[in-house]
Amino acid sequence: MAHTTEEVLAGLTELVTDETGIAADQVSLEKSFTDDLDIDSISMMTIVVNAEEKFDVKIPDDEVKNLTTVGEAVEFITKAQA
Amino acid sequence: MSPLRQSTGSPYTRILGLGAARGDTAVSNDEVAGPIDSSDEWIRQRTGVIERKRSSAHEGVIDLAERAAKEAQEKSGISPSDIGAVIVATISNPVQTPSLASLLAHRIGVAPAAAYDISAACAGYTYGIAQADALIRSGAASHVLVVGAEKLSELVEPTDRSISFLLGDGAGAAVVGPSDTIGIGPTVWGSDGSKWDAVGMNKPLKAAFEDREGGYPTLRQDGQAVFRWAVWEMAKVAKEALEVSGVSVEELTAFVPHQANMRIIDEFAKQLGLPESVLIARDIETTGNTSAASIPLAMHRLLEEHPGASGGLALQIGFGAGLVFGAQVVTLP
Repeated sequence: MAHTTEEVLAGLTELVTDETGIAADQVSLEKSFTDDLDIDSISMMTIVVNAEEKFDVKIPDDEVKNLTTVGEAVEFITKAQA
Repeated sequence: MSPLRQSTGSPYTRILGLGAARGDTAVSNDEVAGPIDSSDEWIRQRTGVIERKRSSAHEGVIDLAERAAKEAQEKSGISPSDIGAVIVATISNPVQTPSLASLLAHRIGVAPAAAYDISAACAGYTYGIAQADALIRSGAASHVLVVGAEKLSELVEPTDRSISFLLGDGAGAAVVGPSDTIGIGPTVWGSDGSKWDAVGMNKPLKAAFEDREGGYPTLRQDGQAVFRWAVWEMAKVAKEALEVSGVSVEELTAFVPHQANMRIIDEFAKQLGLPESVLIARDIETTGNTSAASIPLAMHRLLEEHPGASGGLALQIGFGAGLVFGAQVVTLP
């Protein structure tokens, strides 16, 4: 069953928190993964792979580079599962 | 007309002895951090590397290979004349031809043994072990010297943030020979050329020659793409190597992956579900990433630190530019 935008944000926040230890309330749609949350490429890829499994979507390597903010990732995942 | 004959060899093989040589100079994170606008802390956190060993100008890749090969030959207890083939896995032979292997065979006194190089980057050593096993079982050679040797410091660009700061120089060698029991399990190997440009040289030699100001070709990687492949795809390969060998993770004494990045090693161990009893090679911490040399160097160190591991089973897996990969379970010498 497809997840709503809110559910994707909540799920993604959980993955970010698990991987990096960043507090959940720091993760919001406008935040940049690298600039605001200081997430490096290896952690980003771990989050991506876990998100693929959690939401049953494919996020190609080329696409990962375009996902700058949490909001962009949430939007991509929401659309990809539709 | 008499029928054509075929050769046959020992039904089983194993690694008889290992040798190691690291670059003569320890290069700290502080020394490489400046040009990439980084710090010791950043490098440690992201890669687990504290220092890398690099060779000074007078120490060539052949010198590293020679030191490692001699130790492996001595430890194996065989005489140089028993070695029928020399295989060198390398991406840093200073010339495209002739091979590093033929010079090495001459230097260590095993000529006229067959000698050739393999270009399989960080998987090169596991490819070499696969070939040595096959050559001995087919009777093409009674003993084979496999060497991974690299002087990667000649292929680095100090301002490159993708891979250069991780790289080190070294050589690891193994003498493979006949055995009464199975000492090298089936190899799971392969390639994925669709990711040909994910890691490798930044330009062809000819382009560098024509644009002198652009400098010598150096190594680059797309870290994210390589990381995803190295952990999640390679975990499948590692599991397959265990399965075809009939070995469970609980039966392993050691896990010796290519030393690419500590976080790849950590994530890899997690994906494989290795029990705490399994020793994990973490030589990258003080040696850096030495491509084809990293597995034998890491195994050599693991055995120095844990002599009791000798005789146990180790899962080794190499993966890198190509992309190519190779994995097998071996008995630790």
